[in-house]
Formats: sequence, C-alpha cells, structure tokens
Amino acid sequence: MSLASIADAIPIEEARGRGGGGPAPTRIVVAYGFWIFLLSDIIMFSALFAAYAVLSGNTAGGPTGRSLFDLHNVFIETACLLVSSYTCGLGALAGERRRFDLFYLFAALTFVLGAAFLYLEMAEFVGMVKEGAGPSRSAFLSSFFTLVGMHGGHVTVGLIWLVFMVGQVFAKGFVPHVLQRLLCFSLFWHALDIIWVGVLTMVYLIGSR
Amino acid sequence: MLGKLTWAAIPLNEPIPLLTAGAVGVVILAVLGIITVKGWWPYLWREWLTSVDHKRIGIMYVLLALVMLLRGFADAIMMRSQQAIAIGGAEGYLPPDHYNQIFSAHGTIMIFFVAMPFVVGLMNFVVPLQLGVRDVAFPVLNSVSFWLTASGSLLINASLVIGNFARTGWLVYPPLSELAFSPDVGVDYYLWSLQISGIGTLLAGINLVTTILKLRAPGMLYFRMPVFCWTALASNMLIIAAFPILTATLAMLLLDRYLDMHFFTNDAGGSAMMFVNLIWAWGHPEVYILILPAFGVFSEVMATFARKTLFGYRSMVLATLAICVLSFMVWLHHFFTMGAGADVNAFFGVMTMVIAVPTGVKVFNWIFTLFHGRLVFTTPVLWTLGFMVTFVIGGMTGVQLAVPPVDFVLHNSVFLVAHFHNVIIGGVLFGMMAGYNYWFPKAFGFTLDERLGKASFWCWLVGFYLAFMPLYLLGLMGMTRRLQHISDPSWRPFLLVAVVGAVVIFAGIAFQILQLYVSIRTRESRRDLTGDPWDGRTLEWATASPPPSYNFAVMPVVEDIDAFWEMKRTGKASVVPTYETIEMPRNSPTGVVTAFFAVVTGFALIWHIWWMVILGLLAAAVTMMAFGWSENRELEISASEVEQMERARLGQGRPA
Repeated sequence: MSLASIADAIPIEEARGRGGGGPAPTRIVVAYGFWIFLLSDIIMFSALFAAYAVLSGNTAGGPTGRSLFDLHNVFIETACLLVSSYTCGLGALAGERRRFDLFYLFAALTFVLGAAFLYLEMAEFVGMVKEGAGPSRSAFLSSFFTLVGMHGGHVTVGLIWLVFMVGQVFAKGFVPHVLQRLLCFSLFWHALDIIWVGVLTMVYLIGSR
Repeated sequence: MLGKLTWAAIPLNEPIPLLTAGAVGVVILAVLGIITVKGWWPYLWREWLTSVDHKRIGIMYVLLALVMLLRGFADAIMMRSQQAIAIGGAEGYLPPDHYNQIFSAHGTIMIFFVAMPFVVGLMNFVVPLQLGVRDVAFPVLNSVSFWLTASGSLLINASLVIGNFARTGWLVYPPLSELAFSPDVGVDYYLWSLQISGIGTLLAGINLVTTILKLRAPGMLYFRMPVFCWTALASNMLIIAAFPILTATLAMLLLDRYLDMHFFTNDAGGSAMMFVNLIWAWGHPEVYILILPAFGVFSEVMATFARKTLFGYRSMVLATLAICVLSFMVWLHHFFTMGAGADVNAFFGVMTMVIAVPTGVKVFNWIFTLFHGRLVFTTPVLWTLGFMVTFVIGGMTGVQLAVPPVDFVLHNSVFLVAHFHNVIIGGVLFGMMAGYNYWFPKAFGFTLDERLGKASFWCWLVGFYLAFMPLYLLGLMGMTRRLQHISDPSWRPFLLVAVVGAVVIFAGIAFQILQLYVSIRTRESRRDLTGDPWDGRTLEWATASPPPSYNFAVMPVVEDIDAFWEMKRTGKASVVPTYETIEMPRNSPTGVVTAFFAVVTGFALIWHIWWMVILGLLAAAVTMMAFGWSENRELEISASEVEQMERARLGQGRPA
C-alpha cells in the first residue's frame, strides 16, 4: 500500500494518541483529521445522492436518463479516473523514494487523466444543454447536474491542488510537511474515485436501463 | 455595477430597524473610536484577531454569542409585546411584513448565532484544558472556524439595514422560500450567512473530534475523560455527520434560486417535502449538538459542587452515545402531518419516546450524585438545579408531542413553541450560563459576583415560567404560532402574563450584564490566585487562571477519572517539575483574512454583484494557497522562559 509506506517513511514516535502514550505525532493527527473531513464530504454527497434518488423519475415530460446517457463516453471517463488513481498511487511511491523524475512523471499523468475526465464531462454537459436538457428543464436534470457537477467540481479542485503540490515539491523537495500534504492529496484523489463509483452505478448504469 | 443594490434597499420608511441600526452603528463607531484613540489596534490584532490560542478563540465565540443574544432577545420582546397589544381591534406596532422578518430572524439568530457559538466556544475553551493538552489539533483552522461564524452573523445583521430578512420562518421551507414567492434578498441573506457559518462549524467539529481522539495527556484513556469531553465528542461527531446535510440542502435551495433549478419548486417535478426531510435530517441532530455539551456542563458542575465523583460515569457516557446515534432516527416527528402514513409515524413516534430513556438515565445520575453529596449552592449549581426541574417538564411535553395523534392536534401551535423553548432555554441556555459562571474564573483569573449571578438566575427562571407556561395553555386552546394579530380576546390575559415573563427575563439579562461589570470593577478583590477556585476535580483546574498560552508547563499524567482530584489527594499537584522546551503554534491572520473575503463574497452573492463575487473568491483562494504553502508554523518557548513564567505564578499563589 502506497499510503502506508509513505506513513512508514517518516520516523515514528511511539505515541499513537490512543490514550496510553499522550498526544499523537503531527503526521497522524493531520491524516486523521483529513480522513474525518473526507467522511463529512461523503456525507454531503450522500445528501445529493438521496436527492437524485428521489427526483430521478421526475422528468416533467422532458428527456429521461435513458435517452441522454451515453455509456460509451461514461466508460472512457471512468477509465480515465480510475487509471489516474493508479498513477497517483505510483506518484506517492515515487515521493516516498525521493525520486523527483518519477514523481513529476506520474503527477503529470495524473493531471492529464484527470483533465481528460473533466473534458469529457464538460462535453457531455454542453451537449445536454444544447439539446435543451439543461439543469432547469426538470427536477431530474437539476439533481443530475448538481450531483455529477459537484463531483466534477471536486476533480477541478483536485487538479489545482495537484499543480500546487508539484510546485511545493519543486520548491522545497520532499520535506516532512510536503509529504504530509501529499498524503492528504492522495486521500482526496482516491475518495473522488469512491464517489465516482457511486455516481457511475446510481446515475449512469441504473439510469440508462 | 452594484447588481440589485440600490438606495431602495435602505428601509427609510421603517423607523424601528432604522433607529436600531443607527443606535448599533453609533455604539460600533464609538467602540472603534476608543480602540483607535487608545491605540489598542496592534494589541487586538496580535493577541486576539490573529490568535490561534484555543482559549482566546473560545472566549471570542462566547462573546459573539452574548452579543447576538441581545439581538435575538430584542426580537423576542418585540414579538411578545406585539402579540400582547394586537388583540381584537388593535393592530399593534409591527406590520405583518416586518413581524414575519422578526420571527424568522429570532429563530435563526438564537440557534445559529447564540446557541451554536456559545456551545462551540465553551468546548473550544474547556476541552483541551480538560484533556491536559496544549492546543487543539488544527489551531489555525480553529481561528478560521470562528471568523467564518462571525462573518455569518455580520451578514445576518447587515440585513437589518441593507435590504431585508427572510419572512419564511427560521428553516425557510419551500415553496415559500423559492424565488417565485420570495423574490427579494431576504432568503438569500439567510442562505449565505448560514452557508458561511456552517462551513465554520463543520471545520470546528472536525478539529475537536481529532483533538479528543488523538490528542490527550498521557494516561487519559477513553474512560478517564471528563464527561464534558465525552459530550463534546458526541456533539462534534454529530456536527460532522449532520452539517454536511445542511450545506447540501441549502446549496440545493440556492441552486433553485440562482440557477433556476427545480429541487423544491412546485413545478417541473420539484419536491418541497424533500427539503423538509433533508433539513430535519440535519435539524434534529442539531438539537442534540446543542444539548449534549450542556449535559456535560451540568455533570461537571454537579460533581464539583456535590464534592463527589459523578454517579454512574459509564452509564452517563453510554447514554450520551446512545443519544448521539438515536438522534438520527427521529427527524420525521417534526412533520407527522406530512402524510407518511400510520406505520411510518408510529415508528418515528416510538423512536422519539425511546430517546427520552437515555436522557432519563442522565437525570437520575445527577440526582444520585446529589444524594449524600455536600452541595455548595453557587450560581452554577442553581442553574443546574433549575435545569433539572425545567428540562424534565420540557421533556415530558416532548414525549406528548411524540404521540402522532396528539401531534396532529398540537402541531404548529404555541404548545410546540412552548415545548422547544422549554428545552432550549431550560436545557441549552441554562447549561451555557452554568458553564459561563463555572469557567469564567479559569478564563479571566477572577470569579464572578455570586449575588448578582443568583439574581440573574432567579429572574431567568421565574421569567421563563411566566413567559412560556401560558403558551402551553394557549396552544391547547388552539392558538397557532407566528400570529401577527390575535382575533380571540379571551387569550389576552395569557399573552399579558407572557409579556411580563419576557420583561422578567430581560431583568435577568440586565443582572448578567451588571454582574460582569461589577465583577470587572472589583476584580482585584476576587482574584483566583490558586487556579482552582472551586476545589475542582478535572485537569483544567490544575493550571493557572488564566492559563498560560501553553496551558500546562509539563504535561500532566492521568491516573484516574477525576484526575486533578486524585493528584491533590496524593500530593502530586504541588510537586515542582523540571521544565522543558514547548512548541506552540504561531499566530496567523489566515482566519480573519478568509472571513473578510467570505463577507465580501457573501454580500456580493446576495446582491448579485458578480465582479465582486469573482474578486472575493479569488482572494479567498489566494489566502488558502498562501496558508497551504506556508511552513514553520510553530514557535518555541524555551525551558528557562517556561520556568520563569511558572515561578512568577507559583510565587504569587499556591505555595510551591
């Protein structure tokens, strides 16, 4: 596991914060806090999923998911995102080994795949709006654009963050606080995959039946 | 250029908001003027505005809550007096449009900007001290949280003079809150101020949960944590699980209003009932976010002043966690009349009654703590005893409302209004007042005046019963809530008693302000030099009052539930330790700068000033990036400096 090995790459103090040994070291505290943030983010998505589940049948005489979704496009999107998670993991391993060249390579690959995902999603959105199936057409489309768009917004933030992290690695090297932030970025990027699997299943696979 | 903002937004034809705003404006200008003349800005900036010290941030939270309490109470007394006057032929002094804004603002302010900052502030101040650590997990984030909450309350107050506030009630139910029926900026003020402060609250929750689970003094096992820390943990876990739902729900309403979507509209397949479900999926846990820390305060106060270990510590913890879980399974009781059917209503009715069981366990634990205790009747104890009686009454009317057929009769009546004021005033507010009196000497190094504190308590208690018991009766007689005009003159006597109650509560608030004033004036004679004015049991009393920035010169080692009590008993409290270098977080302007741009962005969004939105967002992003790039966030205090400070403290107080 890449994340665990990043964690192991930094010297471990004995305290784990489980009560016996006093406060946990910063590295553990930061990763733990970020995990909790991700959980709260997933809860926010779950509210959007719930709204989509309630409203997905309310097409108000407009187009349905079946007539709109192109599974071919979605397949490429999914492939881009999942492979980007793999390259993100490889980038984390490169960081752990202090291999700048490999880190930059995998960061670039991750960025390109993420951007490709985003491009395909935007193309899908634009196409739908042109067909008259924009977010204000029906409750179904409002919830579709909000749920999928919120995920896309997260991917956008992730891409900006990735560039920012490459900048920090470039300027400071693999110092502990940069490695900590890389760990948080990886967690974030993988969490977006988890949410996408939900979107793929609930929105596209079920919706295009 | 300025979007929807024109001179028409200033309510020149409404004297009440205009005069109030004028008076508030004069006060603010006077305060700013004094600060400038006296040259206090550098001090304020250095020691408070940019402070990342959890104690300072906690104090600022509580200060915000107390100021906003005055605003919320002003709304309350206007409503009470309007209802006491506008009976039969009389029209009263508040036109319907203004009255609707007042009841919406009252609820919003009291929950989001009084109760929440008070609770979060107390937790912020107390939890790290009780855990025996030096700060929260993410000190800068803590400052960001506070300043975002302050931004939200600034926006909501701006609605008084610039534009108007929502007329939709404190939970802005659609379709009334949709653009079609509320076309002006009122609902937008509500939505953006809550979104901004809601993010602050979520971050505060993440921060405190991480602190409690990962940062505790050596030996502080889970079952040695003070009960207040347990309730804070439960409350903050609820924040993390519930506030994202609020954010998502309000975001959907914003999308309806700004981008013409159809989540909750009447047309194009929107579902208004989905909003009501989602908002209460946040709203009911929110009730427990507020009450659980209050339960924690009462537990601490009871144990300290009964001079006994809390009765049933483990059952108290389990009851807290049971409430934490159950609070997510009762939301539908807020709308039994939706028409979900008998089976669904029965389930949620039963769950609601079940949640009363752990609460009952707690009440019995407090009673048994009193049993054979040697109770000292201080002000915090009075608030606690007042709570125990009042809250039980409120709880019982809650169980009544949990019976769906009864709810069908009583829903939307002032019986309901009386019920939730009974639990929120009698529970949350009494708890916060107990905590305020209990921890004030820890925060400032001198005790509060007991006589005035007790006077304030009795006014609040008597005022509460006078103000709300008549509402129970009126509710049974059929009076619905949010009435601007009352057509049945036979209700007059009850409404007059209620307004008298509000005036008595006002006397309670006045005594509180007087208590603070008198205590500050006479602080030299009421200094707490020992750091332990109440003969306390938990670790916050083991350090100086006020504690140094690092809280504990040497991290305490915990061996018992009442850690400090045990230290005092075994004589370990007076051992002089060897000092070591301490690392503390550096001050950071990130919070206050982020909040400034949040206000700019929020205001611009409310008034559709798009260029300002873009500028505000860009500036906020740059601030975040600057923080994300920063390093060297810590400051070292050398062992000799620590020793010097500790010597100074021990020299003047406790014999070393």
